Amino acid sequence: MDESLETDFALVESKFNPIEEVFLMPSYVDPSKCDGCKGGDKTACMYICPNDLMVLNKEEMKAYNQEPDACWECYSCVKICPQGAIFVRGYDDFVPMGGQVHPMRSADSIMWTVKFRNGNMKRFKFPVRTTAEGAANAYPGEKGANLDDECLLLEADLPTPTMVP
Amino acid sequence: MALPNKPLGELNAVVDPEIVEHECDVLIVGGGMSACGTAFEIGKWTDDLKVTLVDKASMERSGAVAQGLSAINTYIGENVIENYVKMVRNDLMGVVREDLIYDLGRHVDESVKLFEEWGLPIWKKDADGENLDGAKPAPSLREGGTPVRTGKWQIMINGESYKCIVAEPAKTALGEENCLERIFIVKMLLDANKANQVAGAVGFSTRENKVHVFKCKTAMVACGGAVNIFRPRSTGEGKGRAWYPVWNAGSTYTMCAQIGATLTMMENRFTPARFKDGYGPVGAWFLLFKAKVQNGLGEFYANSDSVKEELEKFMPYGASPVTPTCLRNHLMINELKEGRGPIYMATDVALNAFLDERKEAGMDEKKLKKFWKHLESEAWEDFLDMSVGQAGLWAGANVEPEKVGSEIMPTEPYMLGSHSGCCGIWTSGPEEDWVPDVANDSRSHKYKWGYNRMTTVDGLFTAGDGVGASGHKFSSGAHAEGRMCAKQMVKFCRDNADFKPELKQTAQELADEIYAPVKLYHEHVGASTAENVNPNYCKPAGIMMRLMKATDEYGGGVATYYMTSGKLLGICMDLLRLLREDAAKMAAGDLHELMRAWENYHRIWCVESHIRHIQFREESRYPGFYYRSDFPTCDDENWKCFVNSTFDPATEEWKCEKVECINVVETDPWM
Repeated sequence: MDESLETDFALVESKFNPIEEVFLMPSYVDPSKCDGCKGGDKTACMYICPNDLMVLNKEEMKAYNQEPDACWECYSCVKICPQGAIFVRGYDDFVPMGGQVHPMRSADSIMWTVKFRNGNMKRFKFPVRTTAEGAANAYPGEKGANLDDECLLLEADLPTPTMVP
Repeated sequence: MALPNKPLGELNAVVDPEIVEHECDVLIVGGGMSACGTAFEIGKWTDDLKVTLVDKASMERSGAVAQGLSAINTYIGENVIENYVKMVRNDLMGVVREDLIYDLGRHVDESVKLFEEWGLPIWKKDADGENLDGAKPAPSLREGGTPVRTGKWQIMINGESYKCIVAEPAKTALGEENCLERIFIVKMLLDANKANQVAGAVGFSTRENKVHVFKCKTAMVACGGAVNIFRPRSTGEGKGRAWYPVWNAGSTYTMCAQIGATLTMMENRFTPARFKDGYGPVGAWFLLFKAKVQNGLGEFYANSDSVKEELEKFMPYGASPVTPTCLRNHLMINELKEGRGPIYMATDVALNAFLDERKEAGMDEKKLKKFWKHLESEAWEDFLDMSVGQAGLWAGANVEPEKVGSEIMPTEPYMLGSHSGCCGIWTSGPEEDWVPDVANDSRSHKYKWGYNRMTTVDGLFTAGDGVGASGHKFSSGAHAEGRMCAKQMVKFCRDNADFKPELKQTAQELADEIYAPVKLYHEHVGASTAENVNPNYCKPAGIMMRLMKATDEYGGGVATYYMTSGKLLGICMDLLRLLREDAAKMAAGDLHELMRAWENYHRIWCVESHIRHIQFREESRYPGFYYRSDFPTCDDENWKCFVNSTFDPATEEWKCEKVECINVVETDPWM
C-alpha cells in the first residue's frame, strides 16, 4: 500500500458538541444559503432530481422538496447545489435524530462527513472520476463495419456457445 | 385564510395544454443505462437517421444508477460465458432465455471497458495482491489490468459518478438537441395502417403545460422496473427509501404490453434481503468482507444440516455452490417464521477476522492501523456510493460495523428484469444458427424473428429491465443491451425504408386523454373545501396506497410472509379491477401530480400482469420470493416452462400460455 492512500483515504475521528452542530435539523433547503439559482427558471436541484421533487417557489426565490416521502435520498440535489444549501435529515419513521451524512463533491473526488448521533465523526474521501468533465470519448465519426452481423462498435469475432447440450 | 382547495404544486396544470408534434426515425424512451448505451452506439451505424431520446428526468442522474454504484456486477473477464449462463439459469430456478443471456455475456465487457475509458474508476489488484482504488495508476481493463473481484462476476468500482460518466458520451454522441429531458412518455402508439407496428409515442412535459406527440419508425422502451407496487415495510417518509429507484413505475412493461407486446415471466419478482430499513447493499459484505448471517440465537444457520436438507427439496437448484437468491430468502424466512429472528449480518465478526488474519501474519501495529483505515473506508464507501440513506441510518443509530452487526431482512417485492429478477418482455434473440428455431407461427413461442431484442411488435425494442427471462445483467449488461438495440433499430429502418408512420388518433385526442386528470380536477375541485377529499375524484397518492394494500394483503406481500393462493389472488384481481376503474377518476392539479397519476396507471397494469401470471403458474417457482399455499412446491415436471401473456389491443383480451424453455448450454453438468 502506498503512502498516498493515507491522504486519499483521510479518515478523521473526533468528538463535537451536538448542541452546537448547525446541520442537525429536518430535511431542508437552508433559506440563508439558497438563492433560487439567481432567478433562472430552473434551479440546479430542479434540473437534477430524478424524481421531480425539488421545486422553486418563485415568490420567495427558494427551492424546496415538494414530496419528502418520495425522496430516495440519492443526494443528487445535495451534490449539485452550487450554494451548498441542501442537506438530508434521515427518514423520520426509522432514523434516530442527530446523525448527518454530508458530501462535498468536486470534479475528481468526493469527501463525505459522517456525524453520528453520539458526536463521533468520520470523514472519507473517494475518487469519482479519472478524466476531466466533458472528456469522455464518444467516438465521433467512428463507424461499425457490417450492419447484418451481431458485432457492435469495437467488437469482432463474437463467440458462439461451445458447451452445448 | 385561503381554503386548501388549490393545487399543491408550484407548476399548475391547465386544461388546454399546448401540443407539440415531433417526427423522427428512431425514438429512445428512457434515459438510464440502457438508453445511454443506445444513444452512444446508434450513430456508429447511421449518418442520416434522426434519433430522439426522451427522458422523464435528467440523463446525468436518471435511472437506477442515479445515486451511483459500488460495484459492477457483470464483468465476464477471465470467465467462460457458458458458465455465466449456468449461473443465471440456476439463480433464476431454471426458466430463462439462455440465448439472450449468452448473447449479453459476449457484449457486456466492451461496455465496462468503455466506462473505464470514459473515466469510471475501477479498483485494481497491485503486484502484492492488495486493493488499489480506481484512481491509482494501474493498467486498464483493456490493457489487461486485474480488477478486484468480489464474487466470480462482480468487480469493485468507485462509482459515485457512474451515471454522470456514462450519460456524458451518450449525450455527446446523440447531440444535446436530440435529448429531450423532463418529458414523461406515457403511451406507445400503433400505426394506423400497418398491423402490429409501432408508430410513435405520446407524453407530457413535467415543466410546462405541453403534450408531446412523437411519430417514429422504430422505438426502444427502457424505463426500468416497478417500485411502490407492494406495501413497503416503511410506510411513512421512509417509503421513499425503496431498494430499487422509487421513480420506476412499471412504465416499460405497461406501455409495451398495451400495444400488444408479449410479456414473459411476469410472475417473477425480486424481494432482496437487505440491511433493514436503510436497504443498504449486502453484496460487498457477503463477497468482499466474507460476512455471514446469524439468527437471533446467534447461530450461523446457513451451514446447518437442516438447511442442507431443506435445499435438497429444490434440486438441482439447491445444490449449487452459490444458493439461488430466492432460496437464500426462503431459508431466512423460515428462521423468521420459526421465531428465530432477527437475522443479523455479522459485520463485526467479518471485519475483525480480517484484522486477526493480518495480525497472525505478523503485520506491525502501524501497518495494521493503516490497513484498518482502508478496510473501514471500503466498508463505508459501499453505502456512500449507492445507498447513502443506509449510512445515515448507521450514523443516526450510532452503528459502527466493526463493533456490532446489523439486521437484514427481505424487503417488499419489486419487479425488474436486469437484477436478480427476470420479469419483462419477450424478445427475439440474435438471428444466428445457435439460437433455437421453434416451429410455431406465433412470435410468443419463437426465440428469433429477425431483429435481436425486438419485442413481438414490429419496430418496438426493449433493453435492461425490459427484456424478460434474462436477469443478472445489472448496470453493465443493461448498457450493452441498449447498444445492441441501437444497431438493430438502424437495421430495422434500413429494411423498412418505405414505412411512413401514421397515428390512429389525432394529436388533440391524445392530448385530451393525457390531460384527463387535469380536466377532472378543474371540473370538480370546487365541490369540496379540501382539495384531496372530493366525492368526484381521487388523488394519485391515495390510489398508490390502495394498490399497495391490495397486493400486500392478497398478492403475497410482507404481510403474509409472501404467501398467497388461488383464492387470495382472485380477490386481488377483483380489487385491481375496481382500482383500475377508479384510476380513471384520478385528478391532478399540477404537473407533478399529473406525473404521479400516469405512474399509477402504469403500476396498476404492471401489477395486474404480475398477479395474472402467478395465478396461471400453478406451482411455487421462486420459494422465498413468493409462495402459493395451494401449490407449495417447485414443480419442474409441469412448470419448467415460460409463462407468456399477451394483451390484444383490438379485443382488449389477455391470453396466458405455456412456452417451451430450451437449453442452449449443456445441462450436464448443471453447474
